[in-house]
Parts: sequence; C-alpha cells; structure tokens
Amino acid sequence: MAIVLNGKTFDIGCPITIKDLLKSKGVNADRVVVEVNYQIIVKNEWDSSMINDDDQVELLQFVGGG
Amino acid sequence: MEDKLIIGNVELSSRLFIGTGKFSNNAKVGECIKVSGCSVVTVAVRRIDFEAPEENMLRFIPSDCIVMPNTSGARNAKDAVRIARLAREAGCGNWVKIEVISDNRYLLPDNFETVKATETLANEGFVVLPYMNPDLIVAKALKDAGAVAVMPLGSPIGTNRGLKTKEMIRILIEEIDLPIIVDAGIGRPSHAAEAMEMGAAAVLVNTAIATAHDPVTAALAFSLAVKAGRLSFISGAPQSWQHAKASSPIEGFLDSLTD
Repeated sequence: MAIVLNGKTFDIGCPITIKDLLKSKGVNADRVVVEVNYQIIVKNEWDSSMINDDDQVELLQFVGGG
Repeated sequence: MEDKLIIGNVELSSRLFIGTGKFSNNAKVGECIKVSGCSVVTVAVRRIDFEAPEENMLRFIPSDCIVMPNTSGARNAKDAVRIARLAREAGCGNWVKIEVISDNRYLLPDNFETVKATETLANEGFVVLPYMNPDLIVAKALKDAGAVAVMPLGSPIGTNRGLKTKEMIRILIEEIDLPIIVDAGIGRPSHAAEAMEMGAAAVLVNTAIATAHDPVTAALAFSLAVKAGRLSFISGAPQSWQHAKASSPIEGFLDSLTD
C-alpha cells in the first residue's frame, strides 16, 4: 500500500493517521502544514484523519525566502 | 515627530523588511532582525526534505516579528492561493506576499495573475502585499482588489542593481494611495536610501543582506539608510540646479588686494 508523499512514492503498509505518519518520518509537528489530496488537514484532525492507499500527501514547513 | 507606518491595521516599528532566503547560516537571520529593528520578515513554504531536513525558519524569527510568507513557486493565481492558504494554516497570521512568477530568466512577476490572486486572498481575509512589476494601471487594479500595499521591483530579484524602474516607482508613489514598498534589486544601502527619499513607505531587502560578507553589519547599514532616506523625504529635499548658487553672502566682500 503506497501513497505519494512530497512527490515521491512511499509505502505505508496499512492506513495510518497523519500523526503516526509524521512520527514515522521523524517530523517535529510544530508549525508543519499537512495537505492530503489538495485539502488542508487542520492540526486537531491529525489524530483521527487517516492516510489511505494512493493518497497524495504534502508535508510542508517554512524555510528561508525573500 | 510622528511618522507612523500602518499596514493591515498594524503599526510597524521599522520601514525595513527583511527576506530570510540565501543565508549561509540561519542563526544570522535572528541577529540581522535584532540589529536592524526590522519587524516584518518574509519566509517561503516548501516540502520537508526527509533526506536533508532543514530547520524550520520560524525558529530563528523573534516572536514579535510579523512573519509574511511568500507564494514563491507559484506560476499562476491558483498556485498562489493554494500556497497562501497552506501558509496561514501554519499559524503565523494572515499576512502574505503574493509572488507569481512564470519567467525563469528574469523572475519577473506575472501582474495579471497577481491581481487575480490578490482579489481571492483579500476576500478571504488575508493581508495581501503583492510583488509586482511597476505599472500604474496594475497598481490601481491591485488596490481595487484589496491589496494593503504594493511592492514594485527595483530591478530583477537577486541582481543588486538598484532602482532601474525608478521613474515607474515614482509614479506609483505619486498616484497610488497605498504604501509603496520597493522589493527586489536593492543591492546597497544607498539604493534603499534612494527609494526612501523618493517617498517609498518601506523597502524589502534579502539578497544584499544575506549574501554580504558580514550580514549583521549589512542589516544595520540598511536600517540606518532606510531611516536616513525617510528623514530626508520628510524634511523636503530642496530643488537642484544646474549652476552654482552661493552659500555665503554675495556682498560685503573685502576689496581685492592688488599689486
């Protein structure tokens, strides 16, 4: 079972929550933004919102920019 | 002397905005902000790179600064709106610098798409500051679309070439009843002072500070130049003349000594 995570195929085994996905990738959840299939998922739904097969997931953060 | 800059109902303590890209050491960003007194900084939104994790830029920005995400990477209005919404979700407020660029060589902004994105985002409650190619008609359209300020380029991004668009910016300052913030191309403190002397409300500087040998000293120099330029504008610089006009009295001279 695979998703597209930040533009690359990523095997997740079985459906997982966004919270668990962040944890498995070692991402500090502070000030991170999550978009699934072009829909923003607000933070208080990360515990309950599931990532499923073929989902397109974007994990974003702020970097330097002008 | 009261000389307030108010944007989006916020009174800003500095007329220097700093961009946070291209710093070789992100810790310097915080030092530059502190030494310059800057109160608005720009950041970009990017995918997290799991192979080479980058520190979140917010870590280096003092909490009393306004964080203004840009929409860099957007090639049309739709992209810009998507990026702005994502940025707002990060919880840093609702300011956004719209940047829509589809030209890879000169990185010139697409004014048409910028107007569209401005309208959508202003209607959604964003405080919208669009980066634009200086054009009076477009600036009017941006104002009508709900922009709180207009950010014309001085010269292409990262070129450090100064105010190549000076005359067009002058017209915007004269005709548009919004703060005009010169963005892009300001490569020296003297360029910043020049923009401020013309009556620009503020300037946004990134490359010239970030890539200076000593960014912190550069940030200080820019902040002083911005202040000097602003004071010069307020003071009402006098007219210039082709021929000399004596500063000392032209009567009461001693008689010339003759042999």
